[in-house]
Amino acid sequence: MDYYIMKNNQRINLLDIPTVDFGVLRAQLAATNLRPVSFFGSDWGQNIKLFVVLADDEKGDLLVSSALVDKNVKEYESIAKDNHQYHMFEREFYEQFNIKPLAHPWLKPVRKNQDNYEFFEMEGEETHQVAVGPIHAGVIEPGHFRFMCQGEKVYNLEIMLGYQHRGVEDLMVKKPSNQLAESICGDSVIAYNMAYSQVMEELCGMEITLRAKLIRRIALEMERVAIHIGDLGAILGDIAYLMGKEVYGVTRTLVINTMLEISGSRFGRGLITVGGVNFDINNELSKKIVDTLDGVKNTVEKMTKVTLKSSTVMSRLEKTGNVSKEVAEELNLVGMIGRSCGINLDSRFDFCDEFYKDFERKSFKATNDAYSRFKIRYKEIIESILFIKKFLKKLQDCETEKLCVEKKDLIPNSFALSIVEGWRGELVHVATTDGEGRLSRYKIKDPSFNNWYGLSMAVRNNGISDFPLCNKGFDLSYCGFDL
Amino acid sequence: MFDTLKMKLYQKKQYIPDIKNAPMRSQFRGLPVLDNSNCDKCGMCKGICPTGALNINPLSIDLSKCTLCGACKNICKNNSINFSSYYKLGVDKKEKLIVTEGLDSETYHKRAIEVRKEIYSIFNRSIKFRQVSAGGCNGCEMELNAAGNANFDMGRFGIDFVASPRHADGIVITGPITKNMAYALEDCYKSTPEPRIVVLCGACALSGGVFQEANEINREFLDKYKVDLYIPGCPVHPLTFINAVLDFIRKK
Repeated sequence: MDYYIMKNNQRINLLDIPTVDFGVLRAQLAATNLRPVSFFGSDWGQNIKLFVVLADDEKGDLLVSSALVDKNVKEYESIAKDNHQYHMFEREFYEQFNIKPLAHPWLKPVRKNQDNYEFFEMEGEETHQVAVGPIHAGVIEPGHFRFMCQGEKVYNLEIMLGYQHRGVEDLMVKKPSNQLAESICGDSVIAYNMAYSQVMEELCGMEITLRAKLIRRIALEMERVAIHIGDLGAILGDIAYLMGKEVYGVTRTLVINTMLEISGSRFGRGLITVGGVNFDINNELSKKIVDTLDGVKNTVEKMTKVTLKSSTVMSRLEKTGNVSKEVAEELNLVGMIGRSCGINLDSRFDFCDEFYKDFERKSFKATNDAYSRFKIRYKEIIESILFIKKFLKKLQDCETEKLCVEKKDLIPNSFALSIVEGWRGELVHVATTDGEGRLSRYKIKDPSFNNWYGLSMAVRNNGISDFPLCNKGFDLSYCGFDL
Repeated sequence: MFDTLKMKLYQKKQYIPDIKNAPMRSQFRGLPVLDNSNCDKCGMCKGICPTGALNINPLSIDLSKCTLCGACKNICKNNSINFSSYYKLGVDKKEKLIVTEGLDSETYHKRAIEVRKEIYSIFNRSIKFRQVSAGGCNGCEMELNAAGNANFDMGRFGIDFVASPRHADGIVITGPITKNMAYALEDCYKSTPEPRIVVLCGACALSGGVFQEANEINREFLDKYKVDLYIPGCPVHPLTFINAVLDFIRKK
């Protein structure tokens, strides 16, 4: 196979990436068992260049290849037909470049042309449709759900998104900034900003200090702790266990208020910048963080114990919204949701982040249901608190280091990639520069891009009243998907 | 059950008793404090501002665009720009969001929201909103959810989010208003019974924020309909939101 092998957070020369015939690349992708992490087109003079990045999780390698597609080509044989992991990628590619994948099993709009969306329909006695959205009952982002039900039972759920589409990828090329990166998906501020900053640093050839790297990782884990605790509360809120909802709710406040003390924003906005970080964590603050986290850990442990002892909670969580490991693998589910289905992917460990090297990678006994999604969050909260404490200890060894290094210019004809394990899962940012050192393409793949289809699978054959529980368990991003 | 009750005792009281004077951590970036006297008009701050909120002659910040990111403060060598931790930022007219030198928090708050008899006579004790996220990044949405949690508990003042626009007195809009949401937003607005109060929440809703130059934005809705309350922030802090709404519905 014709690939250029690179590592995470690396810049390579755009001209080093092999360009193969489109048909050859298609055949290779259909046959390989490596999973795709990025698949996107880019304007290439008169033509279109298609970039593909595959992940070899065992070796921690990323394989990059490309194909030049003539502008006159209007169709090709779909890859998704043979390999379902490409189904969303091909739909997106079709929408952006109007090259039609023939025999694609589910060729529907992704973010545009919602008026022409044809829903899958079922006919028969007692079958009915339930349409929900775009504006939902709660204070959440917009999206449309169409349930095909027989009685109370859901046979199929189709999810139509795109309401949040703001044209982020174009804007990132036109006017990139840390603030824009933070606002792409406001619940993963640190993950998005970290991925963006790492890509830009690679494209400029900047090496940031150890201290800045540590502070970034502390913030990343804090974000994971905060959101996971909030989600535990939200899951319990959806099954009307209000004690749990409120206790987790106020415990989350403690974590995000600590974030406020670090960066001046409850979600860590303004903390990370290209070249390093803007705020320091001194010894005094470090001690305060440890104290807060100890208290948080204590409360979360106590509350979880009480919650899981309650039979009413367990009867709602167990065996609800099952996604089998086979289905999860076929759909390429990633991140926390993937792990709750038994897929052991974690880009912090897979792609060899030096800071996580020393930590033991604990296994998780997945039960694939809503209970599994509850339990994985609990496990990750406890784990992340441990990581933060170790990072804070390491921070004392590099007290004198600078927080931010000098900015440099972008290097022409480059291709850089950064994968960050946000709380949802692997977040992939890819950027390329043209011959004059300007950004020419910026591509983002949120973990939700993989996982939305998993939600459809989870609610199948469940009562429609269990949908909120499944939805909260997945807690996917609308704006990260819509961009 | 006893475990649950024990947990309740362990948690104690969590709410903020006096929401109008709740203390804020000093690190919070709220109302900007500007100082023209040492400003050498180098323009660095204007250059780095991602939303074009800054003007340098004389120094002023437009809070409708400002994301309170603090980039201008970090780059300024003369210490001309600072952010206080003052969080009551909501106003009823967009012009009031422009912060100039010498504007202290008291003056800002005094002129911020005009008391209207027709509003407080009806909504004094209760106001219900329908929230519409029109391209919002989930930052403001999470903070609005947090405004209802056990800490801030805005329900005790009669402020709530309801599930249907038919049950609402007004709508709260977050996000820059995408083309794809423009129709649904207008539909929701029209489904709300009169007098249809409109509240804009966050820099994106106020001006487009970092998405001002995005291609897929359609802000015609705001040209057509009157806005009653502007609440700046990125995202809006729960205390900012609750205090703005309280100032709006109650006599001072």
